[in-house]
Amino acid sequence: MQQDRLRNFAIIAHIDHGKSTLADRILELTGALSEREMREQVLDSMELERERGITIKAQAVRVRWRGHHLNLIDTPGHVDFTYEVSRSLQACEGALLLVDAAQGIEAQTLANAYLALDLNLDIVPVVNKIDLPQADPDAAAAELAELLGDDPERVLRISAKTGEGVEDVLDALVERVPAPTGDPEGPPRALVFDSSYDQYRGVVAFVRVVDGRFEPRETVRAMAQGTIFEAEELGVMSPAREPVESLGAGEVGYVVTGLKDVSRLRVGDTLTSRRRPATRPLPGYQDVKPMVFAGIFPTDSDEYPELRDALEKLKLSDASLSYEPETSHALGFGFRCGFLGLLHMEIVRERLEREFDLDLLITAPNVAYRATTRSGEEVEVHNPAEMPRELEQVEEPYVKASVIVPKDYVGAVMELANDRRGSFDHLEYLSEERVLLSYELPLGEIVLDFYDQLKSRTRGYASFDYDLAGFRPGDLTRVDILVGGEQVDALSLIIHRDAAYDRGRQLVERLRQEIPRQMFDVPVQAAIGSRVIARETIKARRKDVLAKCYGGDITRKRKLLEKQKKGKKRMKQVGGVEVPQEAFLAVLNLDSERKR
Amino acid sequence: MRHVRHLYIHLPFCAHRCGYCDFVTVVGRKGRHGEYVDALLAELALEGDVLAMHVETVFLGGGTPTFTNASELSRLLDALPACDELTVEANPETVTPELALLLRVGGVTRVSLGAQSFRPHLLRVLERGAGPDDVRRAVHTLRDAGFDNISLDLLYGIPGESPADLAADLADALSLEPEHLSCYELEAKPGTRFTHAHGEALAAQAEALEGHFETVVDTLTAAGYRWYETANFCREAARAGGRDLRARHNLGYWHGSDYLGIGMGAVSTLAGVRRRNAPGLGRYVDALAAGAAPPREVETLDPRTRERERLLLGLRLDEPLPLAGVARVLDRAALERLRAGGLVEVAANGHGEELRLTRRGRFLGGGVTAELTLVS
Repeated sequence: MQQDRLRNFAIIAHIDHGKSTLADRILELTGALSEREMREQVLDSMELERERGITIKAQAVRVRWRGHHLNLIDTPGHVDFTYEVSRSLQACEGALLLVDAAQGIEAQTLANAYLALDLNLDIVPVVNKIDLPQADPDAAAAELAELLGDDPERVLRISAKTGEGVEDVLDALVERVPAPTGDPEGPPRALVFDSSYDQYRGVVAFVRVVDGRFEPRETVRAMAQGTIFEAEELGVMSPAREPVESLGAGEVGYVVTGLKDVSRLRVGDTLTSRRRPATRPLPGYQDVKPMVFAGIFPTDSDEYPELRDALEKLKLSDASLSYEPETSHALGFGFRCGFLGLLHMEIVRERLEREFDLDLLITAPNVAYRATTRSGEEVEVHNPAEMPRELEQVEEPYVKASVIVPKDYVGAVMELANDRRGSFDHLEYLSEERVLLSYELPLGEIVLDFYDQLKSRTRGYASFDYDLAGFRPGDLTRVDILVGGEQVDALSLIIHRDAAYDRGRQLVERLRQEIPRQMFDVPVQAAIGSRVIARETIKARRKDVLAKCYGGDITRKRKLLEKQKKGKKRMKQVGGVEVPQEAFLAVLNLDSERKR
Repeated sequence: MRHVRHLYIHLPFCAHRCGYCDFVTVVGRKGRHGEYVDALLAELALEGDVLAMHVETVFLGGGTPTFTNASELSRLLDALPACDELTVEANPETVTPELALLLRVGGVTRVSLGAQSFRPHLLRVLERGAGPDDVRRAVHTLRDAGFDNISLDLLYGIPGESPADLAADLADALSLEPEHLSCYELEAKPGTRFTHAHGEALAAQAEALEGHFETVVDTLTAAGYRWYETANFCREAARAGGRDLRARHNLGYWHGSDYLGIGMGAVSTLAGVRRRNAPGLGRYVDALAAGAAPPREVETLDPRTRERERLLLGLRLDEPLPLAGVARVLDRAALERLRAGGLVEVAANGHGEELRLTRRGRFLGGGVTAELTLVS
């Protein structure tokens, strides 16, 4: 296919604004799928994605429309995957900016729209769900026009659900999105914008060919990582995999690599051919580093090998996940895992529990810290319990956060941002009613419960997005929790000095409630270094006897005590105190409790 | 193997099944007392050759043994082997002068009265047939008949019971000067009618029960009773003319002696084998009428299990427990922790080390035992 007959585009939309429905409608209308073949929301193939209504991994579909090939490149819809979104957008020349006629623009949409504008994509604004009774297409169209500096008349108004206006969308793509302009004769270059793992065929890369032409069976090199493999098969998704004889400049498709590990082929890398190698890779490759960390432990310590195997398997299809073994005195053997963000962590946890049937205990998430010790040594700390005590300085990651809210909630958002050490950047009216607030915030404050708090303080109206903005020094301190005089490593946390006292007191109070009374008094303390900042005592039980025991009862009473003792074995011993795992869970969930 | 010195006989009949009761009981069936006693005697004949020449104790438990037809009860008592201590459980409302006399003539030396409480509102909650005056009258009737070893059962932790109720119950019981008292916390078994009806009240007072147990022990020991087992108290020997008023039959259980149990639902432990007769009346009577042993569950107690039981039972008593008998199942690390925490003491004497619970340790005896026990 000639490049001038190709159009590559993405759909930028907030969760629930109708991206998947529109994609379904496009497939149906272009005959890519008959109605009978239609599966609801084809693009979201993972079970989890369907349930959560989010798209985790991008894929691409080719459809035919009036003599053209349109490649729809799906983008992940969440803040944790900004880098992946940017690579998907880079594979396109245009984007549909889809907005719910009742909701208007959301922060996430805005962030991705800016990303698209930065990459010089041509944007086709679309207002969806015009069939809804509460729809206000004019207001939504005005917001879009304002954002893009476009004429409100050029904003398309559709209902993906009923199909109204979807043909116009396809026509607009052909008219308004430019054709690719790569060099069809040059040395081959293709951008990897996504990959997946197939247990029979290994890593399958999704690529946008920019220059030249790739052919099956040729040797391919990933320029950033240096990985070399044979292109076992080339093809397009329409939407099932369909092998092709070649993929040329401007085209979008997949490459079966035979690689056994997704981490050897990263999103953003440039593929070239060994027979005729390109000299310069495409711009924009980054080695994405995890920013949020948490310890993952099996509830039953015998399941450690199963957890290790599960993480290994998960890593095959999730290059952003990192993990290393961790030993906690309190929780036993487990792993410290690194995630792109909170949602990524949630997804990994759910997949581990659902696909691998594991019972897990997950510590409170923390961010990566850069610490400088008094001796001048610099270390990156992923686990609060490993934070050196003698510190010259600690740096923590900051983000640039955008919040869009109805103007009545500006005060509530400001209050929350101030509580969380945010520094105000600017405020902008998107319309008469809606305001964009921009803040710089420590990521550590966000991983606690910022998003939940934001939602509850704005009655769910706020939308939120963030972008990493580098490391800054902070007045941070490490708070340790001691039970029965012994430090519980899994409960150590790093926190701003001003909040340490309150947080310590909350934790200690909660532990007092959660740890059952023992046969001795048990002190529970929060401490900074050797200084105790909060203390509670779990008073000893005064009575624990079996009321009666005669000849007929002995077997039953013996079994009762054996059960009691076995129950103790399952508890974690900390400082001679049996702490049930539920106590750890409750403390780890302190934040989710607090918001209720 | 004629070695067994303790015999238990189960008489399951009751006028009414109290809501909290989880014993093997039979309500009604008045017409079947005779055939049941026939069956008991048949089983005794079948199993009795394990009994030693000198049987120390016989215990008639229930049910309400004294609810059994007088003639049948009398026939049973006559057939029992001679012994040093013959205890019968009785409900206060069944104790008439005639019954007291029948028991005396039948060789009964000790009566255990199910008083439970002296508060009318608590007796109603328990669905007991007797009122407070029935209890007093029963004690006096037994005294008049010459009984000098009477035990009262008391329950505490009854839904609606205040600390003042408990103090008054203890005072009322003490005023009757019983030789022996058994004080049990009400155990609400999940799934029983009682727990269903009173579950919330029971949960609400869980915390108060800690204080109740302390009150019971403090009051009774202050009144000159020996707290010789977790739930059992007897008048101190010094205040009883030198008599050891502990329940000898039950001490047999707690010391780990073998015992033969006769009757439906009865349990025997004989040379490391524990067996439990099936609980149904019909099956029990039919089997023995046909000259066969009743259907039974059998549990073999391996040596470690026997040691665990020795630990469990021994630690209920106020006597020291020789460590030698429990060495294989004792968690030494736990022992050290508990000793450091002041819950147990270990002392050496001529025969070796002995383990004893401190006072606070006895209040936590269940937890301490669980902690001390090694389980595989």
